[in-house]
Amino acid sequence: MPPQTMSAKTDATIGVNGTAKSTSNQAPPPMALPANLKSDLLNKLSLKSFKLKTKQQELLLRVSILFLVYVLAFITRLFSVLRYESMIHEFDPYFNYRTTLFLTEKGFYEFWNWFDYESWYPLGRIVGGTLYPGLMVTAALIYWGLRFLRFAVHIREVCVLTAPFFASNTTLVAYFFGKEIWDSSAGLVAAALIAICPGYISRSVAGSYDNEGVAIFALLLTFYLFVKAVNTGSLTWSLASAFGYFYMVSAWGGYVFIINLIPLYVLVLLITGRYSVRLYIAYNCMYVLGMLLAMQIRFVGFQHVQSGEHMAAMGVFFLMQVFYFLDWVKYLLSDKRLFETFLRITVTTTVGLAAVALGVGTASGYISPWTGRFYSLLDPTYAKDHIPIIASVSEHQPTAWSSFMFDFHILLFLFPAGLYFCFKRLTDATIFIVMYGLTSMYFAGVMVRLILVATPAVCLISAIAVSATVKNLAQLLRTKSKVTQGGSSKAASGSKASSKALLDQSQPFQRNGAIALLLGVFYLLSKYATHCTWVTSEAYSSPSIVLAARGAHGNKVIFDDYREAYFWLQQNTPTDAKVMSWWDYGYQITAMANRTVIVDNNTWNNTHIATVGRAMSSYEDEAYEIMRELDVGYVLVVFGGVTGYSSDDINKFLWMVRIGGGVFPVIKEPDYLVNGEYRVDKGAAPKMLNCLMYKLCYYRFGELMTEYGKPPGFDRARGVEIGNKDIKLEHLEEAFTTSNWIVRIYKVKPPNNRW
Amino acid sequence: NEQLAIPQLRQSSYRHETPPTNPSRRCLHLGYFGGKRLHKISWSAPKPSPLTRSAPMAKLAIFFTLTLSLLPFLSHSFSPDTPTDRRILVLLDDFSLKSSHSIFFTSLKSRGFDLDFKLADDPKLSLQRYGQYLYDGLILFAPSVERFGGALDVAAVLDFVDSGHDLIVAADTTASDLIKSVATECGVDFDEDPSAMVIDHQGYAVSDVDGDHTLIAADELIRSDVILGKTKIEAPVLFKGIAHSLNAANTLALKVLSGSPSAYSANPSAKLSSPPSLTGSAISLVSVVQARNNARIMISGSLDLFSNRYMKSSVQKAGSPSKYEKSGNEQFVTEVSKWLFHERGHLKAGNLRHLKVGETGEPAMYRIKDDLEFYVDIFEWSGNSWEPYVADDVQVQFYMMSPYVLKTLSTDKKGLYHTSFKVPDVYGVFQFKVEYQKLGYTSLSLSKQIPVRPFRHNEYERFIPTAFPYYGASFTTMAGFFIFSVVYLYNK
Repeated sequence: MPPQTMSAKTDATIGVNGTAKSTSNQAPPPMALPANLKSDLLNKLSLKSFKLKTKQQELLLRVSILFLVYVLAFITRLFSVLRYESMIHEFDPYFNYRTTLFLTEKGFYEFWNWFDYESWYPLGRIVGGTLYPGLMVTAALIYWGLRFLRFAVHIREVCVLTAPFFASNTTLVAYFFGKEIWDSSAGLVAAALIAICPGYISRSVAGSYDNEGVAIFALLLTFYLFVKAVNTGSLTWSLASAFGYFYMVSAWGGYVFIINLIPLYVLVLLITGRYSVRLYIAYNCMYVLGMLLAMQIRFVGFQHVQSGEHMAAMGVFFLMQVFYFLDWVKYLLSDKRLFETFLRITVTTTVGLAAVALGVGTASGYISPWTGRFYSLLDPTYAKDHIPIIASVSEHQPTAWSSFMFDFHILLFLFPAGLYFCFKRLTDATIFIVMYGLTSMYFAGVMVRLILVATPAVCLISAIAVSATVKNLAQLLRTKSKVTQGGSSKAASGSKASSKALLDQSQPFQRNGAIALLLGVFYLLSKYATHCTWVTSEAYSSPSIVLAARGAHGNKVIFDDYREAYFWLQQNTPTDAKVMSWWDYGYQITAMANRTVIVDNNTWNNTHIATVGRAMSSYEDEAYEIMRELDVGYVLVVFGGVTGYSSDDINKFLWMVRIGGGVFPVIKEPDYLVNGEYRVDKGAAPKMLNCLMYKLCYYRFGELMTEYGKPPGFDRARGVEIGNKDIKLEHLEEAFTTSNWIVRIYKVKPPNNRW
Repeated sequence: NEQLAIPQLRQSSYRHETPPTNPSRRCLHLGYFGGKRLHKISWSAPKPSPLTRSAPMAKLAIFFTLTLSLLPFLSHSFSPDTPTDRRILVLLDDFSLKSSHSIFFTSLKSRGFDLDFKLADDPKLSLQRYGQYLYDGLILFAPSVERFGGALDVAAVLDFVDSGHDLIVAADTTASDLIKSVATECGVDFDEDPSAMVIDHQGYAVSDVDGDHTLIAADELIRSDVILGKTKIEAPVLFKGIAHSLNAANTLALKVLSGSPSAYSANPSAKLSSPPSLTGSAISLVSVVQARNNARIMISGSLDLFSNRYMKSSVQKAGSPSKYEKSGNEQFVTEVSKWLFHERGHLKAGNLRHLKVGETGEPAMYRIKDDLEFYVDIFEWSGNSWEPYVADDVQVQFYMMSPYVLKTLSTDKKGLYHTSFKVPDVYGVFQFKVEYQKLGYTSLSLSKQIPVRPFRHNEYERFIPTAFPYYGASFTTMAGFFIFSVVYLYNK
């Protein structure tokens, strides 16, 4: 029996493969052929001199371009280091830095089993099981590697430079990916585009030590290896792509995108009749191995078999088997009618079984439903109505057109052009990139941060547009000149040239037009380069923990209040003091002040965050009860009223009210609004004027002159005079206010001695 | 360029520069912001100069440490080790009280207290000198004083209490606003009507003349051996004075002597036009407050309660057949003052420790389902030495937002309390909490933080029987694949 099946299988393979090949190989020859011919010609010309062969020349050129792009991608991300210093940026990177530090100090097993009792007091957090360790392990490996090579670097420098390093590596992957889907010149252009694309730079400047910095590299690598596997049908490549996927899973939660896009792609190929054994091998190997590998990441665990988000991949996997089985049956059954009935029965039973399995799994709770984040991706309005904690994050907002323009610049209209080229030359690979481009563009529109995921696709597709256009135009110019130069001597290119010439004659001024168009392309590309550099240096290199502003005389003013406050906390509070702040500052407090926090940026426990939100939006005595329950020693608020820093706690306050009110209905948003308007001046709602957050932010602010010609207590961030200038604190006392009042720390008093 | 980037790195060097306990110099900085001046006071760190710590400084330091260590022996002052008060300031309206209340004062003196009598308006009055309190207790027998002399005021008295010292306040019909505000700050409100007195037409003390029934024979005493001593106070306590009530928000005050259900507070000479604001057992005649820092306060609505006259007089409660030769005043006052000045009911707990069963030394962290042992020492101050405290109601909580384990501790009668339990199957930051609040005793509130971690990756059970089908499946699959390969490859 086994031999029979085997032979049947191979036959089927050939049959299916043949058709697939014929479709996929239709396009390339006309493009590939002239290039070879030309290089041959040039070879003969340059043989006499000591010059390199054209192929070698081209290789040298390609390698040097790639090298330059590699270096460029790295150094353009160093603006932040030059402008400020070698420091970790923003919020999440501080956690990553802290964990990396822990990993390098205590070793992998301690890291893996790390139970962090300094965050989420008193719940604690199993860090090892609730993070994607890819980034930390990568940085630690680099660190240990450098240490081994006797480079005495500090782990912070490694962390700061990890993202630029991986951005450089991404350019290489982009090159190979471009080469795989189009040709090597498109790959070069893609590498150059992605090296400086602001959409990517925003998450990978030096110091932005976040998962995404590594994950985009892993994402693109996985896709590239998978496409390579589909194109070759090789087990090796699909094995490699499974490992790429493993790395991606270990690095970022965005792997869900891969595990849904690839099955979708496979499904599209199946529907469009492009099923092939190459695809079968590539997908099955990648899926099964990738899944098994991904299960080794503690945070992911059994999600691949238990979570609704991963069910599509499994469904497609089974569908593949059914497809294969049907092929085999079709081969065995000569009777067509018999096969059709068989097909009908099989399809009905399979679909029925799958539906029952899914239904039972979901109903029994074995398969978890989709998470809120996933829903909010499919329905952009979902988070706003149901999960304020997701909607409150600025990077989860729907994308504005301007930020598309800002992040993509010319790629935004090169993208459709590239799609056109892709559709013109439809192969398995181009279908993939088209699907990647379209889906990721949709997600980019839903959430600002997902522009990052779309960036590689946009760069690749735009690169196809640029490369194809330039190539066409250059070819036009070259054939023309060749025709005029060489005349009849070049017999080899005769047929091609004449056909071109024929075309040429039909369109006058084509040469000039081509030159003009080429100049236009170069103008656009240079504009792109300047735009990218400007954006990088001006917008995306700010560490956000140190604020910079222009002073009255155009000089740069640095507000280093955050670190001042954290340092104060570290020096002046008991080591086991608990600090309550809004969750944004949690990671920074634990990493820099080394104090226990109640909530932090790992927003895993909504109730706990809501408790803090409730405390902040309650009256002082109610808040005091909550703070006593949580053993809070200090309260930290961020206040921008003196400096005009607008992303402070007063401006975030409505989210605290909403999140707090989502769990504790005593907190009602309308209590803090006046006619639906949020204000802090005299017309503000009474509850607003007396809630803890208001009191802590504006305590003694009424005595302060902030701006010339304005009354004391003029809030520069909101441009109004505050409504409650006479704030008395009963249970808290001011402990520290930074030099620009950006961070204010209050001490929670012990309960009254005599009452 | 490593100016500030990692605070942790800077920490070590910074610590040497500024001893955190000694922010020695203060200077005024003018901060500029946006063209405007802000006045700000900031601490300026002293320059790191190892040279200044030379020989003379060292000698001086040795001298000071010696003096400081000798100080406890030189003066018998109040300290955590000997909680009984020693030096007591008595503020009087006039010195005649010294003789009219001499029994009370003599009893205090005979118990070893140094009494310092002063007039309440003495211009040199001061409770502290150079930041050190001169007294351990304060007796305010000056109900009518409108303003204290010297540096003393309400805030100073309250600070005195808040730093752990004891206070007796006695008022009467002449009670000034000053005395009333002291009481109010301690959570006890005197009747606002200045002419009101406590009247009890049923519980009055029988006397020769049928008076206005303001002299009360009170016997509604708090049932607490700790406060009132083991010997029962048989005779009623004579009371003539004003009523007060406990503030509802105050959980720390106790009525030691309360009015009978028929008592009320009104002006005895005027006709009662409206119902009295304070009636029945809501009236407190004498109350005590034990503050959170265990300072003890006694507030009495009658100064005469302490007088020799009341102490010596015989008493018969109206409607009661038994007549006592001597009123309960002396016993009552003596016993309450014993409690008040920490001769009784003062507990000391400490040495909270815990360890994993079978190990020595305190772990920094527990794992879920660990077995642990918990110990705590509790001693009681007997007046001159620490004796083991014996009780069967001391409990320990293993607490994280709510108690997960609540266990009663067993004692070895030598002051050591012990229990053992299993850490619950919940990870997080727990606390060992001993919250012991027993009527009259010092409230004990100890806690120690201890994190509880989940299992490590290699602490789970390795081979569990329920997984045998899984092991079987994987090995049979492997074997099957091997056999299949062999058959397929070599069996053509």
